[in-house]
Amino acid sequence: MTKILYVELKLHLRQWPVLMFAIGLPVALLLGLGLSVPSMTRLNEASGERPLDTQMPSAMVLLALLTLGCSVLPAVLSTYRDQGVLRRMSTTPVHPARLLAAQLLIYLGIAMVTTALLIGTGSLVFGTQAPRQWVGFVLVLLLGTAALLAIGLVIGALAANGRVAQAVGSAVMFPLMFVGGVWIPREAMPDVLGAISDFSVAGPFTQALRDTWAGHAPQLPHLAVMAAGLAIFGGLAARFFRWE
Amino acid sequence: MKIIEVRNLRKQYPDHLAVDDVSFDVAEGEIFGILGPNGAGKTTTVECVAGLRVPDAGTVRVAGLDPRTDRDRLRRVLGMQLQSATLPDKIKVWEAMDLFASYYPDPADWSELLDRVGLTGKRGTSFMKLSGGQRQRLSVALALVGRPRVAVLDELTTGLDPQARRDTWELVEQVRDSGVTIVLVTHFMEEAERLCDRLAIIDAGKVVATDSPAGLIAQVGAEQRIWFRPSAPVTDDVLLALPEVRDVGRNGARIVVSGSGNLVPALVLALARHEVVPMDLRIEQATLDDAFLALTGRQFS
Repeated sequence: MTKILYVELKLHLRQWPVLMFAIGLPVALLLGLGLSVPSMTRLNEASGERPLDTQMPSAMVLLALLTLGCSVLPAVLSTYRDQGVLRRMSTTPVHPARLLAAQLLIYLGIAMVTTALLIGTGSLVFGTQAPRQWVGFVLVLLLGTAALLAIGLVIGALAANGRVAQAVGSAVMFPLMFVGGVWIPREAMPDVLGAISDFSVAGPFTQALRDTWAGHAPQLPHLAVMAAGLAIFGGLAARFFRWE
Repeated sequence: MKIIEVRNLRKQYPDHLAVDDVSFDVAEGEIFGILGPNGAGKTTTVECVAGLRVPDAGTVRVAGLDPRTDRDRLRRVLGMQLQSATLPDKIKVWEAMDLFASYYPDPADWSELLDRVGLTGKRGTSFMKLSGGQRQRLSVALALVGRPRVAVLDELTTGLDPQARRDTWELVEQVRDSGVTIVLVTHFMEEAERLCDRLAIIDAGKVVATDSPAGLIAQVGAEQRIWFRPSAPVTDDVLLALPEVRDVGRNGARIVVSGSGNLVPALVLALARHEVVPMDLRIEQATLDDAFLALTGRQFS
């Protein structure tokens, strides 16, 4: 398993432009918007914080995860299936599920690195605080990452080939970014949109990140929606995944 | 000793019956060919043998193991090269060998294997930069890295140029000589005839015949013709006395003998008994193509 993980990691590093996009874009956006858009650093009277404090970095964590989960993961998976990589592995004593597990671990690792970079950039450049309820923050991050990667697995499982996976991935990714609060903060959403956001996995994820970032406990309904998302999409992926 | 036994194998796909009724045995240490036109059910058959598909009926034993119930143990004794499976584009040759070696409890020394397949010079090359022949040789090496007793090679030389094909044939013979039993799936007559110790001809999901290439040709009664110039005079009676010989003709100093079965050795031995050496020996034999035509009633390809 260590060797599979190691080789997969090397293969991903050789695709560095893709990784730069997943990791670099959120960090660059945080920097760019924070430095150029004045309202980002203005105190919001209602919430008592600047958008840069928790809202913006949480949205950027979501952006990174959606890039990985809805774009990179389904594309790599369906390519591996199309080219028979998974099938070739199933002729050996090691089940190709190990390869899948290695991929998921790598994406989890990338999500952690990206989040750490976002926290670091924020505190160095804008003087923001690191997540204060950090145990809760890490738990929310893990749960949300698992749920969002499960969505990616479902796309990879159902898509006929790599190109379809890319297209479906984008079609899933942009609405999730929207309801997750990447473009409009959740508190500024109209009621209907807010309600949709509450059940979108992406919305509860960013909200729970912000809550724990600001030092509060995550809200139970948010955790419940993420857990339900993980169960549903994880189950669908397990049900529909094809190795060949 | 039999290492593979297949009995009355049957596999139905939603749209067609891929394997109807296939039985054969493979002896340990031989190259066993599964020959047939495209769509005959060859790949489905070996996939059932390798435990990648579950047959609807029939039994399969590989080294005494049932692919359905001994999945893990089977994978340790059977290495497989798949017709249309590749590796990730950017994986390097040595990484693929190292990775696959890690899948087995007692792997072979993979750098030695790379040497055997002639890829030592390519160990740092990515998979996507290998030529077709190099990919196939890597694929053979990967099938062998778990020290299998049986290696299944599916359409190994399809798409290779003649030189690469001949190199690959030599490699397959070397592997057999190292003690690994080989099941070779092919739709190339020439390949089957050249490589296989025995082979099964499969057509439309059924085994049409199983024998050595020469046996199959002899089975259909196809005639062989031998031309030679005797080093000393020899009478027709000496040759006609052999059961394998049907007819003897003369053309100047040359003799033409027609017959079937083990014609060549019978003839050469008979001549030797009369202290005659056949000079300028030329043999015209029926080929597997002729055998296929006779067995199935239609042209091969």
